[in-house]
Amino acid sequence: MKYKTFLLAIAALVMSGTTALAGCPTKGVKELTGAGATFPYPLYSKMFNEYNKACNVKVNYQSIGSGGGIQQLKEQTVDFGASDGIMDEKQKTEAKGGTVLHIPTVSGAVAVVFNLPGVKTGQLRLTGDVLADIYLKKISNWNDKRIQALNSGVKLPDQTIAVVHRSDGSGTTFIFTNYLSKVSPEWKDKVGFSTSVNWPGDVGGKGNEGVANSVKQIPGAIGYVELAYAKQNNIDWAQVENKAKKFLDPTLEGAAAAADVANLPDNMEVVITDSDNAAAYPISGFTWLLAYENQTDVAKGDAIAQLFWWMTHEAQQYAIPLEYAPLKGAAIKKTEALIKKIKAGGSFALK
Amino acid sequence: MSARQQVINQGDRIFYIIAQWLGLAVIVFALLLVWNLFDGAWESIKKFGLEFLVGTTWDPVTRVFGTLPTIIGTLVKGFIALFLAIPISIGSAIFLAFYTPKWLRPVISYPIELLAGIPSIIFGMWALFVMVPVVRVMQIWLKANFGWFFLFDGPAVYGVGVLSGSFILAIMIIPIITAISKEILLTVPRSQVEGMLALGATKWEAIWQVALPYSRIGLFGAVILGLGRAIGETMAVTMVGGNSFAMIHSLFDPVHSMASQIASEFTEATYSLYTSSLIYVGLVLFGITIFISLAAQFLIWRLSKGKLAILD
Repeated sequence: MKYKTFLLAIAALVMSGTTALAGCPTKGVKELTGAGATFPYPLYSKMFNEYNKACNVKVNYQSIGSGGGIQQLKEQTVDFGASDGIMDEKQKTEAKGGTVLHIPTVSGAVAVVFNLPGVKTGQLRLTGDVLADIYLKKISNWNDKRIQALNSGVKLPDQTIAVVHRSDGSGTTFIFTNYLSKVSPEWKDKVGFSTSVNWPGDVGGKGNEGVANSVKQIPGAIGYVELAYAKQNNIDWAQVENKAKKFLDPTLEGAAAAADVANLPDNMEVVITDSDNAAAYPISGFTWLLAYENQTDVAKGDAIAQLFWWMTHEAQQYAIPLEYAPLKGAAIKKTEALIKKIKAGGSFALK
Repeated sequence: MSARQQVINQGDRIFYIIAQWLGLAVIVFALLLVWNLFDGAWESIKKFGLEFLVGTTWDPVTRVFGTLPTIIGTLVKGFIALFLAIPISIGSAIFLAFYTPKWLRPVISYPIELLAGIPSIIFGMWALFVMVPVVRVMQIWLKANFGWFFLFDGPAVYGVGVLSGSFILAIMIIPIITAISKEILLTVPRSQVEGMLALGATKWEAIWQVALPYSRIGLFGAVILGLGRAIGETMAVTMVGGNSFAMIHSLFDPVHSMASQIASEFTEATYSLYTSSLIYVGLVLFGITIFISLAAQFLIWRLSKGKLAILD
């Protein structure tokens, strides 16, 4: 008999342990609001739908863009924000609720796509500095010696390169230009990185679909799109050289590996382009959830921490089918530590 | 005063007050809009002043904003579209008003009015997938044969650019100008046209010398409405305009439009000067629209004075 109670107690302990971390709010919150990035919207929308089924909590997420998400979090008009970029110092000091935590949910890969008669996916290799010089308009023809040197087995045609970029502000541009800034000092100096930059050339397309379309239509074009768009639209993509000098196709595994490195900072405010991991695809980046470390509303604070835990654990299963790379290895450990920092009414929300 | 009269007068008074307030509300809304634009753009106005209008760099990284290439791109595309749309619109309006049998008129004019109501994203998608490839072939041919002329000496192979943007704007404003022009031409008194015919004029002479001069002010208004739409158009022109911040040198260069620039960048404008500069672009666009409208009023005034002078 005593043994049985002991077992029950163990079971109860285990269960309470799991419910504390399983992700449903424990203090009766039935609704949360969030706003921000459009890049993870398809995934978040799936996650929040499942969350509603599992916990009967409605999460309203407005995909108004990272800038809008940061703005609304600063003004405390939403419970949490979402962004493809890191808040700058000015925004952090303007935030009315104190310290803001950046909690990564998934990472994504940006594919370099091209349209070159006779050259297909897997046949074109590019290094970071060649890619930067193409976007700087210093390399203007596909038969340039430097491109040919990387692709000795391929006959590259005499064709002018048409450079295509995103004309709308986007997290994809942030990741891409951040990568170019890391591999090319000249790019860093002349252009820099942001959600939108002063492009040296040529055509701007609206959204991933605009870039994908222009690349497909213009002979000799090169562009960059989210991996999912490159796959869906069946556009040829280039292999890009990573820090370990390996040429890699853009893949979810490569994007996940980019986040799995030893020297991640504790606050996870890092852009994981040009990663040290030998298996990492170099043009990869996180997308983050944003929330205040000190939640004044006890019940809301609990709900936010529970939701974030669920999104970074159980809900990671929805990432791969929707072409996002789930958190892996070192990244998941650091993320857990961050979520556990969330305080609701002065004490930690997750035990 | 009888009881019945009093009731009517009271009703009149209430109606007068309501109408007065509604009229004032429109003015108040307009003023609030201007004030809000100024307020939102203030940070950028303080920083850049009127330099903003002549600056040619738009760089969110170094936080330098100037919008001249975009202003020029917007106006060039708008006016080319107008130039293409006017003959087609007025021509089809004349056909509808004077040559089409009465029973056939709705059969033709209803689809035109329907076109005027199609959301611009639909035009944009059609343009991107169907029109741009055709324009590209045309541009390559033009460059190969007339490349010595500076307007055709550009990156023809892009397809997206000034020409594609102008074409889609023209296609979008033709239904509007046609629909309004047709209604205006129908208001020309039959007696005037028939009088002209009775004097031995041909139908062409009757239309050219009576109907068109009679309705020129209305037709001018229709054209200005079309121009207003072309300059303010956002979605379709974003999809085929090429959206570059560089100065244009030919008809084939990609270039941004003011409205599409605001719509494209507003969501990810991540610091206040950036947002403020985009609102400043909105303020400039508002200013240009008002200037065009006032210039149109002035022209109409000159036109009607001209008519009076003839009567004198």
